[in-house]
Amino acid sequence: MLQFITRRLLLIVPVLIGIMLVTFVIARAIPSDPCVAMMGEKATQAQCAEFRERYGLNDNIFIQFFRYLGQVVQGNFGDSIQYHRPVMDYVSERLPMTFELTIGAMLFSTITGIFLGIISALNRNTIIDTATMVLANIGVSMPVFWLGLMLAYVFSLVFKGTPLYIPPSGRLTPGLSLAPLATVWHMENLTGLARFVVNFLSNSVILNSLLTGNFTILKDALWHLILPSFAVGTIPMATIARMTRSSLLEVLGLDYIRTARAKGLVASLVIRKHALRNALIPIVTVIGLETGALLSGAVLTETVFTLPGMGTALVSAILSRDYPVVQGFTVVIAFIFVLTNLIVDLSYAYFDPRIRLE
Amino acid sequence: MNIDIPVTTNEPILARQSPALEALRRFVHHRSAQIGLTLFTILLICAVFAPIIAPFDPTLPLDNVTRRSAPCVHLLGCPADQPEHLMGIDSNNRDLFSRVVYGSRVSLQIGIITISFAIIVGGFIGAISGFFGGWLDTLLMRTMDILMAFPSLLLAIAIVSVLGPGLYNALLAIGIVSIPIYARVVRGSVLSVKNLEYVDASRALGASNLHLIFNRILPNALTPLIVQGTLGIASAILNAAALSFLGLGAQPPTPEWGLMLGSEAESVFNAPHLVFFPGLAIMVTVLSFNLIGDALRDALDPRLRGSNRA
Repeated sequence: MLQFITRRLLLIVPVLIGIMLVTFVIARAIPSDPCVAMMGEKATQAQCAEFRERYGLNDNIFIQFFRYLGQVVQGNFGDSIQYHRPVMDYVSERLPMTFELTIGAMLFSTITGIFLGIISALNRNTIIDTATMVLANIGVSMPVFWLGLMLAYVFSLVFKGTPLYIPPSGRLTPGLSLAPLATVWHMENLTGLARFVVNFLSNSVILNSLLTGNFTILKDALWHLILPSFAVGTIPMATIARMTRSSLLEVLGLDYIRTARAKGLVASLVIRKHALRNALIPIVTVIGLETGALLSGAVLTETVFTLPGMGTALVSAILSRDYPVVQGFTVVIAFIFVLTNLIVDLSYAYFDPRIRLE
Repeated sequence: MNIDIPVTTNEPILARQSPALEALRRFVHHRSAQIGLTLFTILLICAVFAPIIAPFDPTLPLDNVTRRSAPCVHLLGCPADQPEHLMGIDSNNRDLFSRVVYGSRVSLQIGIITISFAIIVGGFIGAISGFFGGWLDTLLMRTMDILMAFPSLLLAIAIVSVLGPGLYNALLAIGIVSIPIYARVVRGSVLSVKNLEYVDASRALGASNLHLIFNRILPNALTPLIVQGTLGIASAILNAAALSFLGLGAQPPTPEWGLMLGSEAESVFNAPHLVFFPGLAIMVTVLSFNLIGDALRDALDPRLRGSNRA
């Protein structure tokens, strides 16, 4: 198992370098002069020459790329042009929101998706099966931002004044706020990775309120997360439900399941212990692949629910041509995507020992 | 607990038709195909006859209308003295129904243009990669792997940030991010047949590499390409709508559904119809391509028959 993990870890190194190459090329190709972008329209020729010298923009493009690689390895993505502060600080401020939303949506889509898939497979070719699969087809075809807007309308306007009311936007009810953990823990002077971790924990409203034991805020934060998670999770849920259904149907037709039934095992035990475990491999693959959809969905849904995540930040960075931010955020999101797929790969080995031995 | 008994088909074992005819028969009997094709036909009629179907110009503001007013349908009890607006009026005093009808033109073009581009470029990359192998294969396929390491919409967003916002740049971006999947599909098909006897025979007869690729090998990739392409159109339309929603794709006053949604998102609470109808149009369009794609897969690939039927 250890050898398997090591090999997979080594295999992603070229992909990570490739990701950085692509983002480097994209950032260099953005048609705006970094000097004008950074110093403003009034920058003189001499100022620009000095600027290019200082940031090494006169060097050979390969040297620039390897310097960039070195900086990224140290967690340095440069400074934002709009805000004149390190991109990494900005990431630690915006990433937690996207992270919470993605996890929420993933939980929702996996649990409901697998449940619906099982129900559908066990009631094959009945009205329940047809209804579930029609719903799944519609779910796959829905634009996530549309679903988000319609949910916001229904739950916050139509259900206004009922217990079903759910707030349509924002991270917390206005008026509530949390103290930064760095202040609470007296750790204002941290640098590097430790600073990033503390900032991340601090800016994740859920983790921060858990760590400080502020359950009023925790409840409020979870309350605000329901609609966005539902919106983001719907498309992956539909895909997972379809995959669970077809994968389970395939396994249920195999001989060993008939044997298990023939020897008199309880039906639920046959499904849980015998069928589902084998059916899970393709399902886990789909869950991994859907991480891309979840991250993209999170980016779109943040705009709908005005959540302070990476999506809203990325779009505003693109519109104002803040290329270090675009570069940094794209790299971080791609890294997360690659890492999730790595975890999926590793979980295959857990579910199916044959893969480990290959 | 009901136990599944293998369903025997009523097909006569003798009197087999040609594989193509049989696939066509399976396709038209598939329930997904029937629903999908019906939706697609409606869409196509809207796109082709948009000027006849749409009662108003999709881009010009109307006089004597109330901004963001709700739909007025005479059959549903709207007073007959008021002009009929099936989907209401948008924030710029335009007839929403006319815009949605014209939007079908934009979306169908988006889907077909981007996927044709991706199939041609991706198919070319996959074909030379699989046919020649070696370092060229490694280089091209690793590049495809890297492109696939990004969530597709985010890579499209990054590419638009280089090219600048606009419908055609968005199309190019979506086309680029769709390339890897077609490259993989074609490469897979090429690898599975390139060492078979009939290819060797053709080569022995003196056929050129180009002839071998185009006339002997690529026809085998057609089936998976058709299936993948149909499903690809669905996701291309969704992604294009997302880019336009964010303001990075089509620009006003283009009647593009994603843009319509994006620019009316603010009015969802006082005029929900302005958000509902364009989104519904996107959903129906994407659904039709997804259903047709599913049915094509079942019909063209007998191994998967019955496994994923809705």
